[in-house]
Amino acid sequence: MGELKLMKGNEAIAEAAIRAGVDAYFGYPITPQSEVIEYLMVEKPYETTGMVVLQAESEIAAINMVYGAAASGKKAMTSSSSPGISLKQEGISYMAGAELPCLIANVVRGGPGLGTIQPSQADYFQATKGGGHGDYHMIVLAPASVQEMADFVSKGFDLAFKYRTPVMILSDGLIGQMMEKVILSEHTPRWTDEEIIKLSPWATTGKPASRERNIITSLDLDPYRQEEHNIHLQKKYKEIREKEVEYEEIMCEDAEYLFVAYGSSSRIAQKAIKLGREKGIKAGLLRPITLYPFPSEAIRRLSQQVKGILSLEMSAGQMIEDIRLSVDCEMKVEHFGRMGGVIHSPAEALQALEEKIIGG
Amino acid sequence: MTEEIIIAGFGGQGVLSMGKILAYSGIMQEQEVSWMPSYGPEMRGGTANVTVILSDERISSPILTEYDTAIILNQQSLDKFEKAVKPGGLLIYDGNGISHHPERKDIRIYRVDAADEAGKLGLAKIFNMIVLGGYLKVNPVVELDNVIKGLKKSLPQRYHHMIPDNEKAIMRGMEIIYPVKGS
Amino acid sequence: MKDEISEIVNVENLVYKKTPLMTDNILSYCPGCGHGTAHRITMEVLEELGIGEKTIGVAPVGCSVLAYEFMNIDMQQAAHGRAPAVATGIKRTWPHKIVFTYQGDGDLAAIGTAETIHACNRGENFVIIFVNNGIYGMTGGQMAPTTLPGMKSSTSPYGRDVHIMGNPLKMTELIAELPGTRFVTRQAVHTPGNVRKAKRAIKKAFENQMNFKEGINFVEIVSNCNSGWKMTPVHSNEWMVENMFPFFPLGDIKVDGELVNK
Ligand SMILES: Cc1ncc(C[n+]2csc(CCOP(=O)(O)OP(=O)(O)O)c2C)c(N)n1
Ligand code: SF4
Ligand SMILES: [Mg+2]
Repeated sequence: MGELKLMKGNEAIAEAAIRAGVDAYFGYPITPQSEVIEYLMVEKPYETTGMVVLQAESEIAAINMVYGAAASGKKAMTSSSSPGISLKQEGISYMAGAELPCLIANVVRGGPGLGTIQPSQADYFQATKGGGHGDYHMIVLAPASVQEMADFVSKGFDLAFKYRTPVMILSDGLIGQMMEKVILSEHTPRWTDEEIIKLSPWATTGKPASRERNIITSLDLDPYRQEEHNIHLQKKYKEIREKEVEYEEIMCEDAEYLFVAYGSSSRIAQKAIKLGREKGIKAGLLRPITLYPFPSEAIRRLSQQVKGILSLEMSAGQMIEDIRLSVDCEMKVEHFGRMGGVIHSPAEALQALEEKIIGG
Repeated sequence: MTEEIIIAGFGGQGVLSMGKILAYSGIMQEQEVSWMPSYGPEMRGGTANVTVILSDERISSPILTEYDTAIILNQQSLDKFEKAVKPGGLLIYDGNGISHHPERKDIRIYRVDAADEAGKLGLAKIFNMIVLGGYLKVNPVVELDNVIKGLKKSLPQRYHHMIPDNEKAIMRGMEIIYPVKGS
Repeated sequence: MKDEISEIVNVENLVYKKTPLMTDNILSYCPGCGHGTAHRITMEVLEELGIGEKTIGVAPVGCSVLAYEFMNIDMQQAAHGRAPAVATGIKRTWPHKIVFTYQGDGDLAAIGTAETIHACNRGENFVIIFVNNGIYGMTGGQMAPTTLPGMKSSTSPYGRDVHIMGNPLKMTELIAELPGTRFVTRQAVHTPGNVRKAKRAIKKAFENQMNFKEGINFVEIVSNCNSGWKMTPVHSNEWMVENMFPFFPLGDIKVDGELVNK
């Protein structure tokens, strides 16, 4: 078993990155995720594993540093919070277009604009529907615990390299700032140059006489070839939708009502379910672990068992659109969530279930 | 067993670190723990609070609106959290700087004048440990041994020489805490 | 007692009055921070020049993000680093108004470097007040582009290693080289004498904006961040004099479009 520690979610991302053999982290401070780079600067992995850690002059610079490292086959990542993630959208779109693997952690805070520094889940659309310009998706992982913050770093890189695509960890200020127990994995060594050349033959690592030159670009001026490229991307997303869906079902066996909630809201939903069951309300929870691909099939299956579904998100209701697309239109699906950095309480969540689903 | 605790006071009073030591002590006795702080600019000289949950089961929501125990170190926090203690729950407060004392009749109220005591003992820096001692006397959720182990884990090596002082402060807190009559 | 006070408090004895261009809101800055003084003298200058009603200010993202709570004039709040672009938008469309930005070092010299340099290079006609405290105060004391070599911050916990983290940036000297800047100066507000000088500089900057059609007027104020530097206010000012001033020397760098020869 790995090492047991009490850590903040943000620190867990940083420590997991060192242990996962990540080659480079580029970031820019922003609350509530600055602990990621602060932790790395204290640990100085550049003196141990050789991992590069650099505070960039902006999020735009940071994501483009990631582009450069990723295009040369390195495991590169960045993290930020909502306003900074908005700035990264250009870079993310370019990386999706150029099919570059990388990991981006968004520790979401309330918006729009400068908004607030308190937790929110209002970046769901941005994360799951593309975010930048063009027809693309990222794989989006939604950790609900500090342990998952750590685990999803290596998981994220595995998926990123498997599909040559940007992967996002979508958490929020609650998971980022909270401390919980974490079991840390053993150290994985960073890839050697030879391994990189073997694993990522597409990467720009310097052209030997033995191969054609490698070019990393998202540009193709010929619309027919650009369309070909888009068809290829869509095939990849289809494969991701077929193979990579992950979710957790909690107390669904006998559930008459269903919460669908991810990340911190899924924790609150669990408490709400407990409070409900004390009153005889049989509710269960479906927790999407991947938000893209979305667990539509599982929700559809459960919708045939329950009388109604409450989407619990700290937003005006974004994931609810994907839930509605997953079920028959007669199914009762409602949303509840506080906004702007306010965290809904378990009691409020239960009350919403009673009023909007059971009573309504 | 699940114990849901809010610790609240001014930033700089050691609110967050007291919570961290509690959480570490919980880990030492193989419990599930969560520690969720208030964060952001309000910590600059303003109020700070942390929700700590110790449990034998997987912890669901790390934020709560009702607590088994409230440990309160200033008036603003008392005003805010007295009403958030569950009926039958526990409220511990330091009387220093408090003008409106707690009034609820359906909870157990204890007072630990840790700030004064810390001044007397010359332990101002670890006054929070006196408060923690008081709490552990009234509700021994974690064993003292495990608190010391937790301290060792949460304090950087260079502060380990202060562990005996911390222990002393905890013991003193256990002695000076007293129930508030009529509650 | 009350009588005594009312005897003293009367118009004849008035030696100082808060400018009405500062609101009554309690400053959100840490006690001892230079931001408050910088706000006050800027607003006093606007009052003295009688231009409060035609001035539009742009607040940055940084500790002074809430400048609009304290400056009693029309204000806009810009995205992090973008204040010079926002100010360009205002001044180009309202050329007869008076426009200024108020920015920290992270805002102006890191994320906003491009906007700063290009507004200066275009020779926009507004005032930039640049409060350089060598750190990201707002976000809890991370390294800034102006953090000194060896200086500790939460992202340079062992001191800024210039080989890994790069060198501190002298933005003010840099933009003084650009043809679009008219008046470029570096001031401080830690002593009454310095406050007076800084205020004169700010006044000159705004007068230039009123008198000429183009050219950025740029006033850097080297300031303390006692919280971020983890020092008492008094000690932080001493530290600033000893460490910041040698690297960021005070004085005019460019006057009337001409570099000052030192
Ligand atoms: C796009 C974006 N990135 C990061 C932040 C977080 N942030 C807020 S203020 C700040 C730095 C402020 O430092 P400075 O400009 O030096 O101002 P000070 O607080 O020191 O006065 C940062 C990085 C943000 N608000 N938006
Ligand atoms: S953090 Fe620093 S810059 Fe911000 S208000 Fe406090 S002293 Fe001033
Ligand atoms: Mg600064």
